[in-house]
Amino acid sequence: MKFSLEWLKHFLDTDASVAQIAAALNAVGHEVEGIEDPAERLEGFRIAKVLTAEKHPDADKLQVLSVDTGEGDPLQVVCGAPNARAGMKGVLGLPGAVVPANGMELRKSAIRGVESNGMMCSVRELELGDEHDGIIELPDDAPVGKTFAEYHDASPVFDVAITPNRPDCMGVMGIARDLAAAGLGTFKPAEVPAIDGEGACPVEIRTDDPAACPAFYGRVITGVTNGSSPDWMQRRLIAAGQRPISALVDCTNYLMLACGRPAHVYDLARLSGAVVARRARNGETVEALNEKTYALDDTMTVIADDQGVHDIAGIMGGQHSGASDTTTDVLLEIAYFDPERIGVTGRKLGLASDARTRFERGVDPAFLDDGLALLTDLIVQTCGGTPSAISRAGTPPGEPKHISFDPALTARLGGIEIAEGEQEKILTALDFAVDTTQSPWLVTAPLRRHDIEGPADLVEEIVRIHGLDKVESVALDRADGVARPTASPDQIVERKLRRAAAAYGLNEAVTWSFLPPADAEHFAEEGQELWVLENPISEDMKAMRPSMIPSLLSAAKRNADRGAAGSRLFEIGRRYFRNADGSSNEKPTLGVVMAGEKAQRSWASGKSAGFDAFDAKAAAEALLAEAGAPVDKLMVMGEAGAQFHPGQSATLRLGPKNVLARFGALHPNTLKAFDIDGPVVAVELFLDAIPVKKGGGSFARASYAPPALQSVMRDFAFLVPADLPAGDLLRAVKGADKASIVEARIFDVFAGQGVPDGKTSVAVEVTLQPGEKSFKDDELKAISEKIVASATKLGAELRG
Amino acid sequence: MDDLQTRTETAVAAACAAATHDALETLRVDALGKQGWVSQLMKTLGKMTPEERQEKAPRIQAARAAIANAIEARKAALDAADLERKLATETLDLTLPAPQLPTGSVHPVSQVMDELAEIFADLGFAVKTGPEIEDDWHNFTALNMPESHPARAMHDTFYFPDSDAEGRRMLLRTHTSPVQIRTMVQEGAPLRIIAPGRVYRSDSDATHTPMFHQIEGLVIDKGIHLGHLKWTLETFLKAFFEREDIVLRLRPSYFPFTEPSVEVDVGFELVDGKRVLGGSGDEPGHAWMELLGSGMVNRRVIEFAGLDPDEWQGFAWGLGVDRLAMLKYGMDDLRAFFDGDRRWIDHYGFSPFDQPTLSAGVGAKA
Repeated sequence: MKFSLEWLKHFLDTDASVAQIAAALNAVGHEVEGIEDPAERLEGFRIAKVLTAEKHPDADKLQVLSVDTGEGDPLQVVCGAPNARAGMKGVLGLPGAVVPANGMELRKSAIRGVESNGMMCSVRELELGDEHDGIIELPDDAPVGKTFAEYHDASPVFDVAITPNRPDCMGVMGIARDLAAAGLGTFKPAEVPAIDGEGACPVEIRTDDPAACPAFYGRVITGVTNGSSPDWMQRRLIAAGQRPISALVDCTNYLMLACGRPAHVYDLARLSGAVVARRARNGETVEALNEKTYALDDTMTVIADDQGVHDIAGIMGGQHSGASDTTTDVLLEIAYFDPERIGVTGRKLGLASDARTRFERGVDPAFLDDGLALLTDLIVQTCGGTPSAISRAGTPPGEPKHISFDPALTARLGGIEIAEGEQEKILTALDFAVDTTQSPWLVTAPLRRHDIEGPADLVEEIVRIHGLDKVESVALDRADGVARPTASPDQIVERKLRRAAAAYGLNEAVTWSFLPPADAEHFAEEGQELWVLENPISEDMKAMRPSMIPSLLSAAKRNADRGAAGSRLFEIGRRYFRNADGSSNEKPTLGVVMAGEKAQRSWASGKSAGFDAFDAKAAAEALLAEAGAPVDKLMVMGEAGAQFHPGQSATLRLGPKNVLARFGALHPNTLKAFDIDGPVVAVELFLDAIPVKKGGGSFARASYAPPALQSVMRDFAFLVPADLPAGDLLRAVKGADKASIVEARIFDVFAGQGVPDGKTSVAVEVTLQPGEKSFKDDELKAISEKIVASATKLGAELRG
Repeated sequence: MDDLQTRTETAVAAACAAATHDALETLRVDALGKQGWVSQLMKTLGKMTPEERQEKAPRIQAARAAIANAIEARKAALDAADLERKLATETLDLTLPAPQLPTGSVHPVSQVMDELAEIFADLGFAVKTGPEIEDDWHNFTALNMPESHPARAMHDTFYFPDSDAEGRRMLLRTHTSPVQIRTMVQEGAPLRIIAPGRVYRSDSDATHTPMFHQIEGLVIDKGIHLGHLKWTLETFLKAFFEREDIVLRLRPSYFPFTEPSVEVDVGFELVDGKRVLGGSGDEPGHAWMELLGSGMVNRRVIEFAGLDPDEWQGFAWGLGVDRLAMLKYGMDDLRAFFDGDRRWIDHYGFSPFDQPTLSAGVGAKA
């Protein structure tokens, strides 16, 4: 909300400086977002008198003026305004001044060959209004040479953010009351004139929807003239950012900005019959003052007459019955609307207005009569006319809130000791009634304070006016000794994995949780119903991700497009699924995407290398090990998903059903869908599937001493069926003699010349560890035979 | 000088001058081989009288030793020369680059979250999480924002068309505050928690992204007041920025879930166009910036979470993690956080070994 210092001083008697007022506004909770001093904007503009005006020698529409600036010789100024003439007084912008409307800096220049030393300004150029037909004409008594800022009474403007709980401060008067309570001066409430009116209100006023419109007051003023509002009013409205429109409209806006009280003026000639607050009928429409037509329904309250809707109650008036130049008789409306209902209607219609902002948060229910009197007075003062008596339909809510308040709560909740007398003084200054004869106190909140619900609110009032800066820091209690660990097992795994992945050479990315729907669909699990936003910010951010891979893939593509040779990205985040009850099932997941060059061309080999599925497997296994998964017990199985290359991808499982990870090269169709060059490999670790490590409570490892005797190596070369997974052979070899075999490692795989068709040669290096005694030859022979026998069961034969 | 001495000296000289291993070998065979002249002389000893042997044997043996030593020494010299020649052919240009290992990194958001967890662990705060796809009860109603509340509209909420089994509208959480409710419901009181995580608002410009990170703090206990809130925030910010001169300014504000509500500003100075926290915002060259929203938990919220507000009270705050990262580590564009650009990551990312610890300081210096 914006208001000028001059307007504030209408309600607050103070000598405080602009800086002091700004500091106080911040301190009591009205955040100052800006202070603008129009005197600065109007620097270099001063009052000048036109001494002579002659035709420009080379331009029909221009005149050459001689202008008295109050000092030195008269200046020559070229001017195009038709109303410029000798003897008039106006506003001269001197070289160096910046025109507020367009930011142009004035310079001494030659216009069509004639020297010009400044510019005579229009109303619009100085942003004082819309008029641009000619230059400003000041009255004869305007003192030549005086700065225009001073003459115009330019006053600094505060731009203040009013929190939604304080509709009572959505008017200058409310702000003044707060500042006065904070000790910044004396509050001067609006002086409400007594206006009885002549004769009864000729229009029947009624509320047929008392729930939404409990009170509707009206009055007619006949014989008004709707011209421009007076300068003093326009100045205040402009400072508040409100464009002057016409005297009648300006008066209602003035009341709203001064007192936070919206009102409406109808052109009586446009109304017929009773004016009623009622529910709209389904299908009814109204063209509002913003020239848009709104379709209404029966949840919305409107003000209507015999012929139709004239006002969307509490939100915006109708175009048809608004005040115009020809209006002579008006009906004033001051009503109280239920805040909740205004909010619902406003959201439904998507219609925001200053009136809605105030009604939705709650206007002062005790200010209907006063507001109507002030508005009547403003209109009669500016537009003339004769007011009728008031017609009142319904009554505004009038039951004030009484709160039992123990002043000791201020210290208990606010952490600050404030004397009881001071507390009482603050509450009283804020218009609360405080009965200190009772214990606890009985505090009655003014009706305008809809935000006050209980004692905590009173603490807030007292503390904010007393000064939050007086709250001293008080240490929280601390447990004895060294701080205890707080991380959960999940958090420990996640933190460890993150740093393990980075140590592995992967770069952590944080990508959007939402995806383009096509990308999400591509990675959705079979039968998965995605979470799709109803109101996404764009189509590309619409579906919650079912996999970590797509957004990493897009990031890898962006990197490739920007010329990066390769990307190794990882992210730890959530995949979004559903529980049966409709709630969210978010699965913590680590995703890895490796794309582009694994190794760039180098002087040693001359060649670059790409990633393959084994790079993905290595990463998956290394990270699973860090996450505490029993990597040596995992089975490599298929079904990594349709997004992967069917022959170059796999899952890592603990038991046949529990999938801990999937990895491999991505399917060419996936690469095509994401428009990225392959090969690209990816990994996903499903963190929620990794079993929690057993024996979590103990630091001690199982006891161990390195064997005293040296291990023995034996190599075996087998011919195996070409479709036998090497992993099966290895498991068979390892399992042949669990006591002695500690390691088996494939060191050669070969097919082709010398190997029969349909067979592969696989060489395995087996490490045997003797226990107490060294192996004897016959023992080694027996173990070898067991190994061969075990392999033979899989169709392997020992090569000669 | 007799004949033996002359021959010996000649042989030693020849050995010292031998140019090749072959020449040296010829020389050895000639002198010390089975048929060599020294060996022949040795054989003559057997036929000598003891007196004669006593006189000649030492001389012959000395001659043999002298020649053998000379040959051995020359052999070592030739070996050394050979090795040197061989090594000379093996020279590498070590100005060529070594093979490069990939360098991994940790994202600034994760780094800062780890730092926060470390600091708050010392103050006894546990880390809690909750779902990002929330229902409107946890995100709004239980936080004292009923359906009609204007503050709901101010949250720029992303909605799903779905409702849960209880008919609650599903949405993307707009803040981490629902974790307050979930934790109080699950664990009761007393509580000290932080809840970092992703939050979402339908807002996008240079300083806002539709997804960002918040950290919620909540203390529920007996006798907790605004002074504790101020101390906690001061203490944490001093530890986080590793500066003792952090000055906070509390301003009254409004949040439906706290009463009283407090906006917290922090003083900073502009240094080379960047905001450096420290000092009072009222000092010359300094100003205040809005840092976070906080307050005493509204008794309705405590009630919604199933606790007795006459027994328990406490404070809560919410703060942007990305913004903290930017203030501490100097990034100036929030959007780059979520782009995954390698160049940005390489510049602003952290080494995996920059694990925040209290003993080394939680921050990682540039």
